[in-house]
Amino acid sequence: MSAGVPIRLTVNGTAYDVTVEPRRNLADVLRGACGLTGTKLGCEHGVCGSCTVLVDGEGVRSCLMLAVQAAGRDIRTVEGLAADGRLHPFQEAMSAEHGLQCGFCTAGFVMLVVGALDADPSVARDPERLDALLSSNLCRCTGYEGIRRAVLRAYGG
Amino acid sequence: MKPAPFDYVAPAELSEAVSALAERPETSRVLAGGQSLLLLMNFRLERPTLLVDVNGVGALDTITVTGDALRVGALARHRAFETPAVAPGALGRLLSRVSPFIAHPPVRVRGTMAGSLAWAHPQSEWCATAAALDAVIELTGPSGSRAVTASDYFLGAFRTVRQPDEIVTSVELPLLPESDAVGVAFVEQHRTHLSFAQAAAVVALVLRDGAIAGARIGMTGAAVRRAREAEDWLAGREPEPAVLARAGELAAAAADPYQELHAGVEYKRHATGVVVRRALTEALRDAQDGRGRA
Repeated sequence: MSAGVPIRLTVNGTAYDVTVEPRRNLADVLRGACGLTGTKLGCEHGVCGSCTVLVDGEGVRSCLMLAVQAAGRDIRTVEGLAADGRLHPFQEAMSAEHGLQCGFCTAGFVMLVVGALDADPSVARDPERLDALLSSNLCRCTGYEGIRRAVLRAYGG
Repeated sequence: MKPAPFDYVAPAELSEAVSALAERPETSRVLAGGQSLLLLMNFRLERPTLLVDVNGVGALDTITVTGDALRVGALARHRAFETPAVAPGALGRLLSRVSPFIAHPPVRVRGTMAGSLAWAHPQSEWCATAAALDAVIELTGPSGSRAVTASDYFLGAFRTVRQPDEIVTSVELPLLPESDAVGVAFVEQHRTHLSFAQAAAVVALVLRDGAIAGARIGMTGAAVRRAREAEDWLAGREPEPAVLARAGELAAAAADPYQELHAGVEYKRHATGVVVRRALTEALRDAQDGRGRA
């Protein structure tokens, strides 16, 4: 039962040919087989959002998706945001607005916000929708106000 | 934690999925959105020996209007219902008011309405919606498909008439009539954005000549997810505040809440009455707005 299955994951535009057991979730395979440890695993039941990555452009909990389900799909992680040595504007804004303290939740928040706001920047101008989005993830250093300011800074709220 | 080992198949055809499930139905699980199943597997509260992943069955990824119903395929995600354009008229308004209460955006991208009905969590928003509208749930197994109305479908918390070798392949929600003034509402009580409902109510009201011609009330609960006594009380009466309050009391009396860490049975029963009354009040306003629209 549950022998390894060869799959190809496309992460940040790079193909990774890996052999995984079906029971491995996407987050573990990104961290282990692909060596992309920016994605963090917190609660492993979809509550904390630290493992949020983009699959085909949409933010998902990578602890609640099997790696075999992600084969052939376009995966983006926090490692794929910087381009030409420059951070993504939202990463810059998180730094400028002190949107993090311990940093454990940061990759998840960054992917949550980049996935939603790059697709629809108008969320930044709607406090109710922005609250609903940011409450998807947990930050226990209570950086929410800093994260909110970072959204407004990067996406012109 | 991590899931225990299991076999995994991801067929592209429904017939293949049904055949795979029929091999050992008691220890197999169907994977659609996985937003409940995979977390339970992470905690090893579910330990299937075979996972039948239906995400590759394209025929299940549909939302269509057929006759007088909205037919929702098994792969329609919660997020699709965030816009009222998902269905004509009052049904679209209702679904778009319920959907934002389900978990949060990254879960709504994956989770499915059909999966919610298959799981039958007592606090499920979609189960309350299906109960209110008496949705028709299509179950497909080795001997073919059968249609079960929501009133016959729910047996209790996490219990339905679905057999282990059956897949919930679609849900049909009746379109709400346009000829009358129809009002819809959804009201939920929960501790935080991340919490399950402690109590929730789905209401559809039809008004005629200033009186309530018909009411449908769904609520969170185990075996009782529809407030029939309250519906009967409302029929034919004028929508006065005292009438709506009495309906809330009847719904609360009929409800079958369970004890939770932060909410006892009596609290949840009380809260159910309150959210039903508030939802009726909002639905009345929605119907009056509707007359303005027309």
